[in-house]
Amino acid sequence: MPIIHIDNKPYEVKEGKNLLEACLSLGLNLPYFCWHPALGAVGACRQCAVKVFKDEDDKKGKIIMSCMEPVKDQLRLSIDDTDARNFREHVIGWLMTNHPHDCAVCDEGGSCHLQDMTVMTGHSYRDYHFTKRTYNNQYLGPFLNHEMNRCIQCYRCVRFYKDFAGGKDLDVFAAHNHVYFGRQEEGTLESEFSGNLAEICPTGVFTDKTLKQHYTRKWDLTSAASVCQGCGLGCNIIAGERYGAVRQITNRFNGAVNGYFLCDRGRYGYEFVNSGQRIKTPMVHHGPADKANGIPVLQHVHQRMKPGKTIGIGSPRASLESNAVLKELVGEENFYLGVSAADHDLVSLSLKILQQGPVRSASLQEAAAADVVLILGEDVTNTAPMLALSVRQAVRRIPVEEVINHIHMPAWQDAAVREAVQDSKGPLYILNVQETKLDELAKGAYHTAPDNIARIGFGVSHLLSSKMPEVKGMSEQGKAIAAEIAAVLKTAKNPLIIAGYGGGSEAIIKAAANVAWSLRDLGIDAMLTYTVPECNSVGLEMLGGHRLDSAVDRALNSEVDTVIVLENDLYRRLNQHRAEQFFEKVKDVILLDHLYNPTAEKATIILPAGTFAESDGTLVNNEGRAQRFFQVFAPDSAVQESWRWLLQIASINGHATLSGLQHFDEVVSHLAHAYEKFESIDHLAPHADFRIAGQKVPREPHRFSGRTAMQANVDVSEPRPPQDTDTALSFTMEGYRGEPPSSMIPFFWSPGWNSVQSVNKFQVETGGPLHDGNSGKRLIEPHGNGQTPFYTEVPEPFLPLKEHLLLVPLYHIFGSEELSVHTPGIAERIPAPYIMLHSEDAKRLQVTAGYLLHFTDNGHHYTLPVIINDTLQEGVAGIPVGLPGMQISEAPQLIKV
Amino acid sequence: MEKPLTQHIPASGAPLHLKEYEAVGGYAALRKVLQELTPAEVTGRVKDANLKGRGGAGFSTGMKWSFVPAEVTGPRYLICNADEMEPGTFKDRWLLEGNPHQLLEGMIISAYAIQATQGFVFMRWAYKEAARIMNQAIADAYAAGYLGKNILGKNYSLEMQLHTGVGRYMCGEETALLNSLEGKRAIPRAKPPFPQVSGLFGKPTIVNNVETLSYIPHIISKGGDWFKSLSYTADGGTKIYGVSGKVNKPGAWELPMGVTMRELLEEHAGGMKAGFRFRGALPGGASTDFLTDAHLDVKMDFAGVAAAGSRLGTGTMVILDDRTCPVGFVHNLEHFFAQESCGFCTPCREGLPWTEKILYALEQGQGTYADLEQLEMHTKLLGPGNTFCALAPGAMEPLQSALKYFREDFEQHIKEKKCPYADHTH
Amino acid sequence: MLSAIEIEQITHEMQQVPVKKAACIEALKIVQGQRRWVSDESVADIAAILEMSTAEVDSVATFYNLIFRRPVGRHVILLCDSISCYVMGYTEIKQQLMELLQIKYGQTTPDERFTLLPNACLGTCDHAPAMMIDNDLYRDLTTASLSQILDQYL
Repeated sequence: MPIIHIDNKPYEVKEGKNLLEACLSLGLNLPYFCWHPALGAVGACRQCAVKVFKDEDDKKGKIIMSCMEPVKDQLRLSIDDTDARNFREHVIGWLMTNHPHDCAVCDEGGSCHLQDMTVMTGHSYRDYHFTKRTYNNQYLGPFLNHEMNRCIQCYRCVRFYKDFAGGKDLDVFAAHNHVYFGRQEEGTLESEFSGNLAEICPTGVFTDKTLKQHYTRKWDLTSAASVCQGCGLGCNIIAGERYGAVRQITNRFNGAVNGYFLCDRGRYGYEFVNSGQRIKTPMVHHGPADKANGIPVLQHVHQRMKPGKTIGIGSPRASLESNAVLKELVGEENFYLGVSAADHDLVSLSLKILQQGPVRSASLQEAAAADVVLILGEDVTNTAPMLALSVRQAVRRIPVEEVINHIHMPAWQDAAVREAVQDSKGPLYILNVQETKLDELAKGAYHTAPDNIARIGFGVSHLLSSKMPEVKGMSEQGKAIAAEIAAVLKTAKNPLIIAGYGGGSEAIIKAAANVAWSLRDLGIDAMLTYTVPECNSVGLEMLGGHRLDSAVDRALNSEVDTVIVLENDLYRRLNQHRAEQFFEKVKDVILLDHLYNPTAEKATIILPAGTFAESDGTLVNNEGRAQRFFQVFAPDSAVQESWRWLLQIASINGHATLSGLQHFDEVVSHLAHAYEKFESIDHLAPHADFRIAGQKVPREPHRFSGRTAMQANVDVSEPRPPQDTDTALSFTMEGYRGEPPSSMIPFFWSPGWNSVQSVNKFQVETGGPLHDGNSGKRLIEPHGNGQTPFYTEVPEPFLPLKEHLLLVPLYHIFGSEELSVHTPGIAERIPAPYIMLHSEDAKRLQVTAGYLLHFTDNGHHYTLPVIINDTLQEGVAGIPVGLPGMQISEAPQLIKV
Repeated sequence: MEKPLTQHIPASGAPLHLKEYEAVGGYAALRKVLQELTPAEVTGRVKDANLKGRGGAGFSTGMKWSFVPAEVTGPRYLICNADEMEPGTFKDRWLLEGNPHQLLEGMIISAYAIQATQGFVFMRWAYKEAARIMNQAIADAYAAGYLGKNILGKNYSLEMQLHTGVGRYMCGEETALLNSLEGKRAIPRAKPPFPQVSGLFGKPTIVNNVETLSYIPHIISKGGDWFKSLSYTADGGTKIYGVSGKVNKPGAWELPMGVTMRELLEEHAGGMKAGFRFRGALPGGASTDFLTDAHLDVKMDFAGVAAAGSRLGTGTMVILDDRTCPVGFVHNLEHFFAQESCGFCTPCREGLPWTEKILYALEQGQGTYADLEQLEMHTKLLGPGNTFCALAPGAMEPLQSALKYFREDFEQHIKEKKCPYADHTH
Repeated sequence: MLSAIEIEQITHEMQQVPVKKAACIEALKIVQGQRRWVSDESVADIAAILEMSTAEVDSVATFYNLIFRRPVGRHVILLCDSISCYVMGYTEIKQQLMELLQIKYGQTTPDERFTLLPNACLGTCDHAPAMMIDNDLYRDLTTASLSQILDQYL
């Protein structure tokens, strides 16, 4: 490793880095703006100036930008040099000539990189006495506020939005000191990743608009490490609360999962926690439980539970702990997976392939490092948004690696590398029912019906390995596509095959497995990513239970008196007819949930369950990675974790194995002992008795204010703060002020680094893993030995049928997920329900765009306006899934119109 | 005295047409190159002549060519930088309008030397006449077989295109020019990688100035020794010099490299206009340091001007006379540079408008001594290496030297709270 | 909507360059040549034909001095305000032009005949002061010569 001398002290540093990264990785403070570990260096802001010296005798030296200079053995540099310090201070001085100094009214204040860097350079006096330049701001939609006067022109926003995330509607306009960063005209930012601008922007130009609705300074937030509930990827988040409301979601760096970024559903979908539809008190027959016969609510529950006649329905959006406790409470034979038949089929199949097959599931980080990507039947931007960002990085990586050798530049030289790369892209192939946003990056993007996608997938695997089944009667075009893809995959080193729930097709999932397995057979280190619909879909499937359909059948056979529904709306799992039948036959419904929903209307007893923000728990993401989320705040109501309600029920019932369990750690240990596959979840984070220097880890920064005043309108004496007996976190500002274990970092803060940029201080090296590793534990590993398995059932080709349409599910990042739609900004962006037709089908049906089409699917009558999209295959129609008020229809169905 | 570049340009300034150019030996060098010389030999000859770039930076042309990596396949580009936009500079216009084929022949030979597949003339928008002439010349050269497939029946092909800009001083900076030619914003690129390695569309690219490329046919025909012999000094060749301002005969002339400022001013420009006294000059365009009457005997070559504390730059002098306010003069320059900053790096984007505002305040009689310190500081802080490209350091050259040579004028503005040259205030 | 001529010319330019985007500046010039300026709508149209985003085209269009993103008059006067013209007294020419036309920099006469703009060095410093009207260069300007020059433009 090279040695560099910084202010005459030798340091061992990593080769291939730039000097800024090297300095920051060593823990030295060096200010910067335009550089970002995920975006690389462009040398625009000139803030990270240092002096370099030719040799020991060179006293004069020369100022250079540390972000643009590679590490070199025996290089001598000075951060402390007077000229360098003076220059850095003046860079701030220049930036401040037009900055409005409106920190007091700026949402960024207190978590502002510009503030931090200003203090770091020592700039404190303004010499500029001329008029400041001013700009008009733009309306950018429900997620971001725009205040251009604060802009310091670091170019990070366009570099993230456009270059990194592929956004089209944000750019830099004009020139000299009039440069303007915004849209071509006012309007909602289109990118699904726009919210990252609030973190990428080093000052208050782009700020979180949802935070603005209930603004709180970062230092006044009570925060905890959490995991996003928005999809199955399990991105790491920090949730911040004040006065009982979640105020903001920010990124929690996890190098193996989401890195520095989040999607907009994940960032903004939190407001269901604050919803007016929250269930806050126990209810019996829709009245407050405490007025129901004067019996405690748990007594009501106890009275309605009969062994053998009580069943439990779990939930893919509830924690592993809550599901496991319910399963144990009602008994294995009475525990049902609260997922639709289609979701269950798809997720259980995916899980089986990953558990029993020889190919490893990819983390988001590994996905971003794939050299060939094949997507089968999945619009990942809408079903697993951050995976789309990983695919973007993968597609970019190959040409970057090619050019850096040729132009002798490190990959972090962003502008130079982009120039050399031009438009060349690594191989990406997409087969989907209709066009997707990633198509623009693809070497080939083909649109056809799910069965045809599966057939091409099978065709590819057959070309890779003759063991795999042959596809009979493949069209010439299908053959050509399969041949093209197979040829590219054959040359790959670590290709990634993506499929999942979005295609709604088991055949596609099997085809993806066959492709990955046949590659493995060729000795190629292939990876598989299956998307899953919800944050704990995999955890629930791993826990295991019976199909929801069989619960309905049992009820219809009058074998069920009472059903305990865990965090679930069965109307999203069953079609309306079946759900109604089920609820008619069941005597009592005990619901544990946090939002009032159609299932709640059928409930005899409702127990107020905590959301992720009021709970501790474990989720397993689509990779099979178990991750811990921590309670953010203690609710001031009867709300508590579902597992805690269930333990209390177990206790009152005198349950044999669950009685006596009380604390979170006990539940986790119990679970880890009960299931070998969950053994490692006991080690996801330190236990409740963990202390650093005898102290807990505080959820509040030491500058937290108003503690004695916050409750003054209720009680002038300061109430005792809530106690956390479940984890090593405290609900106050008291506790250890140093760095907590990575898995439980409640907020990123370091002396002098108040903004999110302080994550540098928590990493082994800039951009690298957190100090004690990327958190989470993989529960699934490939089954390496033995024969390569394969699927043999190739579906018949889909051919348009007269009088019929094949209805396929289409997912929307905003709208298809149950909880995030409670955020007003997200609700604004939900598409209106529709049925999507090919223009030829529309012609045949004598309809045009906007016409209302009537049809029946599974006994449910639909009336939907037509939209036309000719990327659909003829005979295929798409309808959006999961939109509020829409019936659920996940699997492709033939319908008669 | 030989004037290889301009001797055949008619006095009227009308263009030398293809036949006329051929009649005076035009395209003979190209014939020779294609028949007798390997690309490396061409580069070698240019290196031997030690031709230094005439665009302003003065880097060895042959050396620049030799950095093009031999092993890289695919397209390569040769670009003529005809985006002459340095205030006070009008030398390339003469060559573009007067002898377009000389430039084209130089470009074809240079392109051959680096084995370029495509040539571009990047011309500034304002040179409408030059653009018309160049388009005609390119068409004529195609028709005569000097461009296109298998030039003169040999195994070398080259396409040539004229691109006219849409106005930005930055386009004259070679890497910003490349971005502009790619249809992008003309912001500069970091070096390394140099354009020779990763230039236009990420391919190996050479960018040379009009005057530099126009010299190539002559160096090929007559050799390095001849080239060196043209000059008064070690920097070989002739140079196109120009003078503008309050002189009797402003204009441009091709003269041996190394003539003195005095000769230029007094002999060629006919001396100062009656009633005007010489106070100083920017020797090579707006981004060079002032020289004063103490420097009139400085030899106008790269080393000579550098030794005097300035740069030869483009070799076109702008004269400051005694009735023009030096503060107003510098304000005009800084206004230009602030406007033409691309907005990419902080010191240039924010520092230049600041200096411009201070200079304006001084001109309005609202300046203070603290302002002078602020200006001094900017001249130090906007130095080479501190900014992304050379625009801001260039902008600081006339300012720092004005503060040095004309300090009493600045102070007078502060003391008298007005511009002492009232008739030139604007 | 782009006219047939504009589409034809832009298509031609696209064929000259290795990537469509590279024809962006040419496309802006072509549209401006036809319409005198480039409207928001034209920016979007150019973006569509070059397969770029509207924002990206506008980013380029707004960078350059001589792409007009607001309407201009039938004739655009570009008065050189750089150093040689400063020394040779362009300010008087400016005053005179403003008086004759009764407009300031950046403005267009009410009859849409002229737009007056300052411009950086025109490269004809030995004949300062200078200006361009449309494609025509005028050098060695005097205040007396201006109205006669302007009269040629209707």
